[in-house]
Amino acid sequence: MPIEYYIFLCLTLFSIGVIGVLTRRNAIIVFMCIELMLNAVNMLLVAFSKMNYATAQTITPNTTAGIDAQIFVFFIMVVAAAEVSIGLAIIVMIYRNTHSIDINFLNRLKN
Amino acid sequence: MNILEILFFALSALAIISAVMVLISKNPIHSVLWLILVFFAISGHYILLNAQFLAIVNIIVYAGAIMVLFLFVMMLMNVKKDKEPQKQLWVKLTGVIAGGSFLTLLIALVKQNTSFQGRDVLLKDGSIGLIHPLGQALFTDFVVPFEISSVLFLSAMVGAVIIGKK
Repeated sequence: MPIEYYIFLCLTLFSIGVIGVLTRRNAIIVFMCIELMLNAVNMLLVAFSKMNYATAQTITPNTTAGIDAQIFVFFIMVVAAAEVSIGLAIIVMIYRNTHSIDINFLNRLKN
Repeated sequence: MNILEILFFALSALAIISAVMVLISKNPIHSVLWLILVFFAISGHYILLNAQFLAIVNIIVYAGAIMVLFLFVMMLMNVKKDKEPQKQLWVKLTGVIAGGSFLTLLIALVKQNTSFQGRDVLLKDGSIGLIHPLGQALFTDFVVPFEISSVLFLSAMVGAVIIGKK
């Protein structure tokens, strides 16, 4: 499978996430679109790791090239889990104060 | 067209259609369910790439823990679907145009780049995605970041509790 197919798929998913962040007003949906963008990047990292492994395998058959990328994906998942817990706590706190999760309410910092 | 290509295109179509449905569904609960479908499609891609450990972790962490957290918060808030405010049409249109031009720009850049041409991704073979080499690398070369991530989780837990108690 050519690497370009994977790049195009991940770019499409990432752009759908960007469009979601730009067009929706529900704070939780915006947060979910950020998760979608993170997942697109994760999949691209795994595809690149298998691409490098395919090239290195023809030279040395027992190589572990490309294993760093998969460890990186693991750490991205770890950080994303911590980020989600904090972000949802902040959204719940905002909902308790304003009784709305509309992100247009969050422009108080402007004044 | 062999079975791997058919699986690749089917999973890609499932992922993209579900991602679009996340954006256009009015009910936020349906958005969460569509996003779970996206994560399952991405896990299918990981299995296709023989990254079995990441496929299982993706299902457990994302589809299992994070999306349940989203559903839980959404049901606590009891958001009505007709109460959700909508942006004006021209703002939405501008967002779609901006995202589309971003996508076009990146695709043009990748098409121009010659270092990606003729490079292939190894599907279904290769042992680097299995749990044994990954665990060995995680506990020898990457043991310091692994320990630091436990501190990160502790601070996230304390932060979430402090924010929630106010």
